[in-house]
Amino acid sequence: MSVRSTAAAVRAGERSALSVVEEHLAAIDAHEDEIHAFNLVLADESLARAEELDRRIADGGDPGPLAGVPVALKDNLCTRGIDTTCGSRILEGWRPPYDATAVERLAEAGAVVIGKTNCDEFAMGSSTENSAFGPTLNPLDTSRVPGGSSGGSAAAVAAGFAPLALGSDTGGSIRQPAALCGTVGVKPTYGRVSRYGLVAFGSSLDQIGPFAATVEDAALLLEVIGGHDPRDSTSIPEASPDLLGVLGQGVEGLRIGIITELMGGPDRAASVEGIADDVRARVEQAAEALATAGATVEHASVPSTIYGLSAYYLIAPAEASSNLARFDGVRFGLRVDGDTAPEMNTATRTAGFGDEVKRRIMLGTYALSAGYYDAYYGRSQKVRTLIQRDFARAYETFDLLLSPTAPTTAFPVGERTDDPMMMYLADVCTIPSNLAGHPSMSVPFGTGDDGLPVGVQVLAPALDEATMFRAAAVLEGAAP
Amino acid sequence: MTSPENPRLSREDVAHVADLARLALTDDELDAFTGQLADVLDHAADLDALDLDDVPPMANPFPLVNVLRADEPGNDDVRAEVLAAAPSVEDGRFRVPPVLGEAP
Amino acid sequence: MSDQALIPGWEVVIGLEVHAELATVTKMFSSALNRFGGEPNTNIDPVSLGLPGSLPVLNEKAVELAIRVGLALECVIQPSVFSRKNYFYPDMPKDFQISQYDLPINGVGSLELPDGRRIGIERAHLEEDTGKSTHVGGGGRIHEAGHSLIDYNRAGVPLIEIVSAPDMRCAEDARAYVSELRAILVAIGASDGKMEEGSMRVDCNVSVRREGTAGLGTRCEVKNINSLRSLGRAIEYEARRQVDLIESGDEVEQQTRHWNEDDGRTHKLRSKEEAYDYRYFPEPDLVPVEPSDEWIAEVRAALPMLPRERRRRLADAAGVEPSDTALTVERGMDDLAVDAIAAGADAARVLVHIANNLADGVGKLTAAPFAALVAMETGGDLTATQAKSVLADLVASGGDPATHASTHGFEAMDTSELEALVDRLIADHPDDWAGFVGGDDKERKKKAGFFVGQVMKATRGQADGRIVNELLARRSAEA
Repeated sequence: MSVRSTAAAVRAGERSALSVVEEHLAAIDAHEDEIHAFNLVLADESLARAEELDRRIADGGDPGPLAGVPVALKDNLCTRGIDTTCGSRILEGWRPPYDATAVERLAEAGAVVIGKTNCDEFAMGSSTENSAFGPTLNPLDTSRVPGGSSGGSAAAVAAGFAPLALGSDTGGSIRQPAALCGTVGVKPTYGRVSRYGLVAFGSSLDQIGPFAATVEDAALLLEVIGGHDPRDSTSIPEASPDLLGVLGQGVEGLRIGIITELMGGPDRAASVEGIADDVRARVEQAAEALATAGATVEHASVPSTIYGLSAYYLIAPAEASSNLARFDGVRFGLRVDGDTAPEMNTATRTAGFGDEVKRRIMLGTYALSAGYYDAYYGRSQKVRTLIQRDFARAYETFDLLLSPTAPTTAFPVGERTDDPMMMYLADVCTIPSNLAGHPSMSVPFGTGDDGLPVGVQVLAPALDEATMFRAAAVLEGAAP
Repeated sequence: MTSPENPRLSREDVAHVADLARLALTDDELDAFTGQLADVLDHAADLDALDLDDVPPMANPFPLVNVLRADEPGNDDVRAEVLAAAPSVEDGRFRVPPVLGEAP
Repeated sequence: MSDQALIPGWEVVIGLEVHAELATVTKMFSSALNRFGGEPNTNIDPVSLGLPGSLPVLNEKAVELAIRVGLALECVIQPSVFSRKNYFYPDMPKDFQISQYDLPINGVGSLELPDGRRIGIERAHLEEDTGKSTHVGGGGRIHEAGHSLIDYNRAGVPLIEIVSAPDMRCAEDARAYVSELRAILVAIGASDGKMEEGSMRVDCNVSVRREGTAGLGTRCEVKNINSLRSLGRAIEYEARRQVDLIESGDEVEQQTRHWNEDDGRTHKLRSKEEAYDYRYFPEPDLVPVEPSDEWIAEVRAALPMLPRERRRRLADAAGVEPSDTALTVERGMDDLAVDAIAAGADAARVLVHIANNLADGVGKLTAAPFAALVAMETGGDLTATQAKSVLADLVASGGDPATHASTHGFEAMDTSELEALVDRLIADHPDDWAGFVGGDDKERKKKAGFFVGQVMKATRGQADGRIVNELLARRSAEA
């Protein structure tokens, strides 16, 4: 049952919000132990909220387009009075005194927050193995990772714990786990969804976005959370786009380009490394499906995307090194005492951060430090300009672009934990959209040789989520 | 400035940035992190091939300017919640071990 | 003044960095109140505490006030970008400060001192203030404290940092610069300029060089200067310290130093080698600020008159040099003076009264009665002494000078009465008169003083000294 019809039934009083929530809590009860999608299940709170919604409906009220729909929130979204850990010891037990804007908008739309999902610590990772509270496993095969960093949100939707979830995407942290768990995952245009209340990782890259079982559900959720917010200076001053209204419009006449540099294959010299053959085959099949539906599909070159990974792993850590300075034991969260304030800061941060976070803080500190700024951070910000220019050139010819979401299907738990560089390669196809600030989304499209899901990435120019969703809907309908 | 001649960073570099970032590392961690960070920097050496002299850096992906708010008080009264959740408080202030020294 | 060397043979070179808190209602990046004092941690919100997930949004008023400062200092107003200055310190909630770095809103400009000299301005940029630490135990001294307590009420208060060129040459220059800057900031409503409350703070760069040489010496930055008096003392101490070092064969090391009010010395905080690596980079949570020409024009049109314009206006009205009007403008009495002069009052008398008799303020004095008073005085109806006393009445209770004069019984003395009195005194004191008529300038002056004194004594101060002098001169010419 789609989210839209569930909400419609609840709003019409045909179904109680309570029963919807109970159904999902039952699913969580049954399988959460195997998956560990959540850091916190808000069972009592979500039941109370559902009852409140039912009362409002009984009184003739209309809670909104997500009435009674459970939503799982990545644990880096601030929730007033509710633990928000970012998967880190340093924030264990921290209860923000305010709600993120996206969380407020969910509440205004009648949604029910059912829990806070596990993630790589401070969203730094591609497998959800970097959480201080243990890894999340892939619901489709618990020997595999769910991807990351929003692995808990992807797993929650894939396991049926919640029909909708929010994640954050800095270099692929929504799209890559969506691909690995077989769900839809969307990274909107930078600035489309307010970042207020999202605990920052890479501020110029971070975007909040939806996970859902279907393209339509994802569209509905993005409509609810999107739109201008005066609390975020980088928020785009436009209303949330109409997506549901265009979903059925098809791709007839659209020009769609397959990004050569993100496909690997025979012409590897011009491409990023590591694109698996079975993944590439599915993307080619998806392209054919779009052509069958009336789009013109050709190969497209976005040459500088091959430099995305290098630029990203300097920019994101640089911003993170500064964003994470405030975790110093003074005002909130963990404190490990020391004889002096600096010693207390160091003891707190050393005990509170995990290895991946430390690695990125140090890398970013290095990239910004005197004598290296120009060579690392400065150059990387110029590479962003190149990537944005290359995309702009491609979009002169094409309406949309296509690529794999992740180079491979879900990889085994533990396979890459000792090799950070290998782990980073999981984001090679998703990073360019973050660097350019463009929207892109992952749509499930069949499986790989191992029977695990493959995600196809649809990329669009800034602000054109609508066209992106049209193609995504066609792919969803044509998926094997 | 272009890339440093030897892009692989040294153990001392890592010790220095750890210090700047207020992180304490054991000798083993220092070794491991040095290798891992050098791997990332080595990968980033592919950027050296690019001619970026005339390319402007990009700080904000979506070009907005003059995003301003009116000078009006809000009502985000968080005092009680924040002080209650703080690691250590005395007389309504955040208590920390002695600061020692001026701000740099 | 700059032509008086503090240390013979040496020239002191001074540049100042002045931080002033901007007079906004709310903080730079959030809607928490910008308010001095109050219970600790009451003016806070998620943004000013740097809570995870919070984001800054720039206060339009802070930008407007920065533009006012830029216009007042004749700066180039330009597109600007905020950066993050990264360092750990407990009073800095995010452990980075948002500050304009390589692209400040105000570029080069200049400040005109009351004596007409210009001091270059290198930049005037926006940044946020820090919280306040109190050090508990160890007598409050930072190095011996048992623990520290942090109040974030001040954190995020908008600051403008005004950086001068190294154009000052002595402590007096520096004090004049800071006074003038403060007067400008107050005049344009940008800041209350209260050094004692810390809303205006001064860091000072000092170097020395041998007189006649051109290059700049190695400079030291002196922090923790809390008053104009300490500014002068700190500069003089620091300059002597540097000269002593060089004269004893040592070199000045580039350092940041701390002024200690108690022992009257500067103390080393750190050397250039220990300079902190702030890792500046553009603040990704904010977008560039590019004031439009229209906005700048609007701010310019609304700008109140600046001290230098007030000095010039009064100088034009009074027919004097602008530097002669500095005190009147500083006292905020130039409107009164201009209006009184426009009402026909003698400009010189107006300025003299303001300088000598109105140090405690104008009270209920307004321009028209002030002008009437000066007219009575110059018309010979009141002596200078009587005018001073009527002026005090006008300050205390307002009203009309003629009424006050008659209440005191001040009557204009008939000149013939005065002539008779002078003639009698000449007859009574022939030796003194001979000294006046035949003496040299000095003697003549001395004897004139004697006769005027005698007249005043006899008239209980009601005679006009000017007229007495005229009578003496006339009689002397007749003799």
